[in-house]
Amino acid sequence: MRAPGKLALAASVLASVHAVALGAAFLAPYGPAEQARALPYAPPTRVHFVDDAGRLHLRPFVHALVDDESAAGRYREDRSQAFPIHFFVRSPAVLGAGEGWRLFGVDEPARVFLLGTDGFGRDQLSRLLHGARISLFAGLLATVISLGLGWVLGTVAGFYGRGTDTVVMRAADVFLALPWLYLLFAVRAALPLHLPANQAFLMLVLVIGLVDWARPARLVRGLVLSARERNYVRAARGFGAGDLYLVRRHIAPQTFGLLLTQGALLVPQYILAEVTLSFLGLGVGEPVPSWGNMLAALQRYHVLSSYWWMWAPGLALIPVFLAYSALSEALQSRVGPASP
Amino acid sequence: MLVELAPGDFFAEMRLDPRISEATLQALRARHGLDRPLPERYVRWVASLARGELGYSFAYGTPVAPLLWPRLRNTLLLTGTATAMAWALALPIGVWWATARGATVRRSLAVLMATLLAIPDILLALVLLLLAVRTGWFPAGGMTSVGHEQMSRAARFRDVVAHLALPAFALVLCILPSLTRHVRASLAATLDAPFVQAARGHGIPEWRVVLRHALPAAANPLVSLFGLSVATLTSMSLLVEIVMSWPGLGPLLLEAILARDFHLVLALVLASTVLLLAGNILADVLLLAADPRIRAEET
Repeated sequence: MRAPGKLALAASVLASVHAVALGAAFLAPYGPAEQARALPYAPPTRVHFVDDAGRLHLRPFVHALVDDESAAGRYREDRSQAFPIHFFVRSPAVLGAGEGWRLFGVDEPARVFLLGTDGFGRDQLSRLLHGARISLFAGLLATVISLGLGWVLGTVAGFYGRGTDTVVMRAADVFLALPWLYLLFAVRAALPLHLPANQAFLMLVLVIGLVDWARPARLVRGLVLSARERNYVRAARGFGAGDLYLVRRHIAPQTFGLLLTQGALLVPQYILAEVTLSFLGLGVGEPVPSWGNMLAALQRYHVLSSYWWMWAPGLALIPVFLAYSALSEALQSRVGPASP
Repeated sequence: MLVELAPGDFFAEMRLDPRISEATLQALRARHGLDRPLPERYVRWVASLARGELGYSFAYGTPVAPLLWPRLRNTLLLTGTATAMAWALALPIGVWWATARGATVRRSLAVLMATLLAIPDILLALVLLLLAVRTGWFPAGGMTSVGHEQMSRAARFRDVVAHLALPAFALVLCILPSLTRHVRASLAATLDAPFVQAARGHGIPEWRVVLRHALPAAANPLVSLFGLSVATLTSMSLLVEIVMSWPGLGPLLLEAILARDFHLVLALVLASTVLLLAGNILADVLLLAADPRIRAEET
């Protein structure tokens, strides 16, 4: 595919994914912590258009789930009553979500679980949407922090050179010499284990972002080092331009392309870091959903092999990652390679 | 330099059972030297490092070193096998990718690798685990079966290999796409070089041109990549080990973090750093062996 088309496609896919995550409260039919206590591990609800008599309904409907008497832990549809799906319903405040409009919903006792429920009877789709807010934006914010810090330190090191350069780059070497996941875990170990979800989110973003500043710093330094010696920069300096002016006007613009391509490479890595930490119980904790702590249910073998809908957060990562890698490729062909 | 920086102020707190009285707590802290000021604790830690104890694990009540060595050996076994397997696969695939005539082969390889790259390693490990649980072809988790001690030597070896297969394969799949892409890119750059054209012009068969002339010339960036691949695999093995309960550094690290066992955490991070540095040194040595230009610079 042509590079501009690819760029537009990848960018619009990512924009819509993030928009969906932001609109979770409206798009999700239930609250992320709202339980249907009688329905643990319910399979995805079947949405019907045709009733048993063979009549077509324009408004889709569902049936309520009841326990299957013939097999323990299974459910069957109670076909005696149909519950039409309503759109734009007003919903009262529930656990984890405030009062407000929802895109769709059905009347109790029927439920609409498009991606089934987890072991606590919570709607997987709602949790997936609410969890996306945490997982996707943790990656995005951590990238902003890591690139910001790396950019500042790299520019300072490259621009002033000599002693400053040595100090910053040796510090970067230390960070680069440690395997980064281990480093991440070590820093995590120094912080309190159990935190409320919003603090945990902030902590994750900061830890992930701060641990990995060295790679962008090194790349930015290389660029600044060569930009500093360009003739027009020297000329500007000769005219008496100050450091700040030089950096802002002549040096910084040259590093923005690098920051963009690096960003597209780093975001998926950081999303994965958040997912990994939460997966292992070191990140955002229950009952607040993140894709990582949702996947953690798969650590139990019976969940792993019996309930395929529990894989949803892992599968949702794939298109996100594909879009980011397409974005980084398109950016590289547009503004130059990720590393000079 | 690293060793000096690593300890830092990780000792900050030690969460203990509320049932234990304040006096006991103080006594415990005194015994482990946790009431001393930071510099003194640090000196003690370095001294313990020098004695080869690597600090003292509160949770296990022993010096860290005896806990660490078997775990380090297992991680080394896993990452070593994975590195060897990944390169054994990446080289032929990369060469095939770079030299393939047909657009179909190239395109399908590109799509395959891009897809593999987009699958998060956590998902890959879980899928392989599912495979093991469902089919029973491989043991799901652990390193040895029950009754391993009673087996004959050959049976023991087979047992470990069977357990090794799954986590090693997960690691290989995680790293294969990036390795293959680099092999292809590096080789493709050399294939158009004048000396390769000259070799072709001399009527040397194409396979010989690729293997004997182009590949050695393309080896330089690949050897550097080798060091990087060791670093990546060390990081990835952390997660794969935990998911597949391979008794390496990873599960011990998670356990140590959850138990607030800081000396153990430190020692484990240190061990992983040593692994990474060893990989880089190995890459440098290989580079020296592989590239005559660098040998010439040295002498």
